[in-house]
Amino acid sequence: MEERRLTRQDAAYVARLARIELTEEELDRYADQLATVLAHAAEIAALDTDGVVPTAHPLPLRNVTRPDEPRPSLDRDEVLSEAPAVEDRRFRVPRILGDVP
Amino acid sequence: MTRGAPALEIARKVRDGSVSAAEVVEESLAAIDAVDPEVHAFLIVLHDDARSAAADIDRAVAAGEDPGPLAGVPVAVKDNLCTRGVPTTCSSRILEGWRPPYDATVVERLRAAGAIVMGKTNLDEFAMGSSTENSAFGPTRNPHDLTRVPGGSSGGSAAAVAAGLVPLALGSDTGGSIRQPAALCGVVGMKPTYGTVSRYGLIAFASSLDQVGPLTTTVTDSAALFDAIGGQDLRDSTCLERPAPRSVSVLSDGVEGLRVGVLAELVDDVDPAVAGRVREAAEALAAAGAVVEECSVPELRHGLPAYYLLAPAEASSNLARYDGVRYGLRVEADTVEAMNAATRAAGFGAEVKRRIMLGTYALSAGYYDAYYGQAQKVRTLIVEALESAYRRFDALLGATTPTTAFAIGAKIDDPWAMYLSDVCTVPSNLAGHPAISVPFGADDDGLPVGVQVLAPALGEPVLFRVAAVLEDAAPVAAPPKVHAR
Repeated sequence: MEERRLTRQDAAYVARLARIELTEEELDRYADQLATVLAHAAEIAALDTDGVVPTAHPLPLRNVTRPDEPRPSLDRDEVLSEAPAVEDRRFRVPRILGDVP
Repeated sequence: MTRGAPALEIARKVRDGSVSAAEVVEESLAAIDAVDPEVHAFLIVLHDDARSAAADIDRAVAAGEDPGPLAGVPVAVKDNLCTRGVPTTCSSRILEGWRPPYDATVVERLRAAGAIVMGKTNLDEFAMGSSTENSAFGPTRNPHDLTRVPGGSSGGSAAAVAAGLVPLALGSDTGGSIRQPAALCGVVGMKPTYGTVSRYGLIAFASSLDQVGPLTTTVTDSAALFDAIGGQDLRDSTCLERPAPRSVSVLSDGVEGLRVGVLAELVDDVDPAVAGRVREAAEALAAAGAVVEECSVPELRHGLPAYYLLAPAEASSNLARYDGVRYGLRVEADTVEAMNAATRAAGFGAEVKRRIMLGTYALSAGYYDAYYGQAQKVRTLIVEALESAYRRFDALLGATTPTTAFAIGAKIDDPWAMYLSDVCTVPSNLAGHPAISVPFGADDDGLPVGVQVLAPALGEPVLFRVAAVLEDAAPVAAPPKVHAR
C-alpha cells in the first residue's frame, strides 16, 4: 500500500464521525500523526493473508446465560446523581429532533 | 515493622495477631504522605476508608474469624477500576469527580481476601500511553530517578510498589500496561491469560485485549494476588468457566526439564544493556536445569502495527459512551450532536483524541478491509506462530521493554516513538496469553531492567515457576532513590 497523505478535510471527516470538535490546528496535527501511524500499518498491508481467518477475540466466544430471575439493579437515584442533567428522574439531553430553536 | 515487607509476610502477621492491620495501614499512609508528593503515584488516598477497613480486619482476627489470605495488606488500585462512591477518573477530565455506583469485581475480591484499598493510582488517560505522562492530572515520576517516566499506563501502580508505599497494586494490561511500567520501575508485573480475571468494572479501552493483573515486589506475591482476583464472574461473559489456574502452590517446583525458548525478536531488537540481561537470565534458567534454546517467531515483528490499528479501533467504539449524557463532563450546546462533540473536545486529552481518530479511520467505509480487517488477519498469524512455538517450548523468554526508563518529555511529541515502547509486550495481548516481567539487574545508569516470560493460554503455573527461578538468580540492583524506608 502506498503511503497515504491525509488532508485536513480527511481529518475533519473522521472527527465528525468520532463526534470530537477539533480546531484547524488540531486537524492538521492529527492528519500528520495519523499518516505516520498508517505508514507503519503499511508494513502489514503487504503480507499475504489470503485465506487467513480474522481474529476478533482471543477466546471462542459463546453466549453466557443465567436463570431469568428478577434481581436488584443499580440504584436509580445513585446513578442519576452522577448525571450532568436530570429531569423527572430521567437523563436530560438537548433537543434531538426538529430544527434548532 | 512491616514496611517494605512482602504481602504474604504481612498477612501472616496480621492473621496470627502479631501485628494489627491498623498498624500496617498507618505505616502505609505515613509512607504515602511522606513520599508521594515527589512521586505522584496516587490520584486519591483513602485515609478514612483504609483505617475503617483495617479496624474490621482487626475485629475479625480478635473474634477468631478468618480475615482472608491477604488480611491487612495495603493495596493500590489503578484508577480505571471502579470503586463504589470513590472517584474513578481514568486520569481524564471527562470523568473527573465521577463516583461509580458499583465496585469492580476485582476490587470486591480484594476486599473479600482481606486486603485494604489505600487509594487510586495515576495512569495514562484511559490507559492509553507508555509513560503516565498522558494523565490529565500530571505525570507520575520513577522512584529510581525522578526525572524519568515510570512507564505506563499503570505507572502509578508500579511506582507505588517500587517506592515501598504498598506491597501490592492492581493494574490493567492492554498492550503491556502492567509489564512495561513494572520493568521500568523494577517490580514484578503480570498479565494473566485473557478470561481468567473479570473485567467487570474495569473501564474498557480495548475489550479483546484488556486484562487486570498484579504489580508486586515479589513473584510469590504476584501469584497470591492473581489467585485472589482470578476466577469466573457471571457479570463478565468473557470470563472462562473453568477456575483460573492456582499458582502459589507451584512456586518452588523449579524449572528442571522445562523447555524455554529465547525469542530472537525480543532480544536482537532491544538496547544492548537490556539484551545482555536477557541472555544472563537465559543462562540462569539453563543453570537451574531448564532446556534453553534460541528460537525465532518472525511474525512477532508484525505485532506493533497490528496492535496500533486494533486497539484504537476498539477504543473508538468503547469511548463512544462518553457523550455527556449519563455521567461525567457535559459542555452545553444547542443540539445533542454539538453537545457530544464539544464535551468530547473538552474532556479528552491529546492521546485519547489521537487514538479515537485513528480507530475511527481504520473502521471507516473504504478503509475497513485494508486496515482493521488486515490487522485482524495478522493477529491470527501471530497467534498461530506463537502456538506453533509452544509445541516446542513450555515458555518463552525475552525483554519486557526495548529500553530502560526514559526521560519525562523525551517521547511525548512523537507518538510512534512512544508506541515502540510496547513492541515486546503486545504479542501476548493479541494472543490472549499470560506473560510476566521480573526485575533482572540494572543498566549502566542503575536503572532497572525487566525480563519477560511468556507462556501459552492458562500457562500461569509454568510462568510463575520460571519467574521464581529468575527472581532468585537476579543480579542485585540498587534500591530506588525515593523509597519509604
